[in-house]
Amino acid sequence: MSATKNILDTHKDFPTLKRMINGKPLVYFDNGATAQKPQLVIDRINDYYQNENANIHRGVHTLSQDATSAYEEARRKIQVLINAPLEEEVIFTKGTTDGINLIANGFSRGFLNSGDEVIISEMEHHSNIVPWQMACEYTGATLKVAPMNDEGELIFEAFEALLSAKTKLVAITHVSNTLGTINPAKDIVRVAHAKGIPVLFDGAQSVQHMAIDVQDLDCEFYVFGGHKMFGPTGIGVLYGKKEWLDKLPPYQGGGDMIKTVSFEKTTYNDLPYKFEAGTPNIAGGIGLGAAVDYLNTIDWNEVHTHEQGLLKYATEQILQIEGIKIIGTAKNKAGVLSFVHDKAHHYDIGTILDQLGIAIRTGHHCTEPLMHRCKITGTARASFAFYNTKEEIDVFIAALKRALKMLL
Amino acid sequence: MSIQEVSGELIEDFELFEDWADKYEYIISLGKDLQSMNASDKTDENIVKGCQSQVWLTARNEDGIVFFDADSDAIITKGIIALLVKVFNGQSAKDILNNDLTFIDQIGLKEHLSPNRSNGLVAMVQKMKIYALAFSK
Repeated sequence: MSATKNILDTHKDFPTLKRMINGKPLVYFDNGATAQKPQLVIDRINDYYQNENANIHRGVHTLSQDATSAYEEARRKIQVLINAPLEEEVIFTKGTTDGINLIANGFSRGFLNSGDEVIISEMEHHSNIVPWQMACEYTGATLKVAPMNDEGELIFEAFEALLSAKTKLVAITHVSNTLGTINPAKDIVRVAHAKGIPVLFDGAQSVQHMAIDVQDLDCEFYVFGGHKMFGPTGIGVLYGKKEWLDKLPPYQGGGDMIKTVSFEKTTYNDLPYKFEAGTPNIAGGIGLGAAVDYLNTIDWNEVHTHEQGLLKYATEQILQIEGIKIIGTAKNKAGVLSFVHDKAHHYDIGTILDQLGIAIRTGHHCTEPLMHRCKITGTARASFAFYNTKEEIDVFIAALKRALKMLL
Repeated sequence: MSIQEVSGELIEDFELFEDWADKYEYIISLGKDLQSMNASDKTDENIVKGCQSQVWLTARNEDGIVFFDADSDAIITKGIIALLVKVFNGQSAKDILNNDLTFIDQIGLKEHLSPNRSNGLVAMVQKMKIYALAFSK
């Protein structure tokens, strides 16, 4: 992987970032919800529909074979990106939520029983809570929640203390969408593996900020979506260790996931197709491959330095404003700045900022239990990507001051 | 004054604003001026949940004329509530039911009544109409 692109030159590669919103240049700080797409990705999807559209797998004609090659090439690109040992360990899904549901569904059919436990943390997104609640409800297993401290960091000793012979899986977020906290993934795997417990990471919020190496992490499952890593919506990835994916039952039945079908007995296809029933999101997969091509032109160390610089600067600036409190002050934090004001409501702040061309997210960020833990109803959240700039933070801070002046 | 007349006046007021900031400052001031509901009325029964801001609403019927009391934890939401209350208070249940709220569109606040805004306003308008429906029977 050769780094060719200066991180400060990336902004121009994303056409949406050139838009004017309410007469002002867009400042896009809602990357935690979805990231913008580089021209390269948009062109690739366009080109697929213009020139290559065909259904993949088993087609004998040229178009189908071209589309199949492009789709399977995308799988290999993902494999290399996350350093998965085997191509068939990369399963295409609809997104992070779909990937978690696939595993939760599989576990609830033979891998979870009454008395068993699944461990999540207090900072999970609803997507990594509800599928496990459903699996527990179905199987009689119990959901255990590892607590966090007031800074928004996992209390590691308390987490470790929850691990027992009853624990069948640890499912935990790698990076918190609301707080920005980066969880100690390798330590989590180390203590879980010491007790023979498999680990799933919700990587929805990590893939846009850092290089992911699933062999280095040694987790059993890693799930993420394409749209938060500068690819299209409706496509995501489940990485799973082959031994586990072989064991788990298929999630959905249909075309492509079978080897042979008769009314008496159906045999299932090999990995990865066993988990990919029906015509997949072909354009999405190919577009995601293009997003990986784009990511291969940037240096993750530079991304890290740049985003940490943005976070530090934004944190310093925002704390100079009276009444602001940052929610999530973990030592190890990705480019996410969640905040509340003691008098102004987050909805009002977001509304005025929108009038000034600034896109942030407000609300509970699909982490209601975390909001209860922090005794708040929501936050305003600015989340950064590598294409954001220090100048945009200046615009944001000035706009926030103006909003507060109007609101108070 | 009829609903038509009150909303007509509001549309005229809003036409005077030169930019968005004037408009929002006015809405914010309406929100600040709207009397807050008693804490005892801010019950689970009266809450209209939006995931962004919360709204509370009560209504009473005086001989077919409807009066609303409403509040919100967000000031812009509360300002828009004040507009709705201004238009609907003291009107007949039937007139409230028949109003299609196009004045909100005409004063350029349509986006706040879009369902994806999750500010509780859409649900509040529905609840206002449900009250009016109940009172009209």
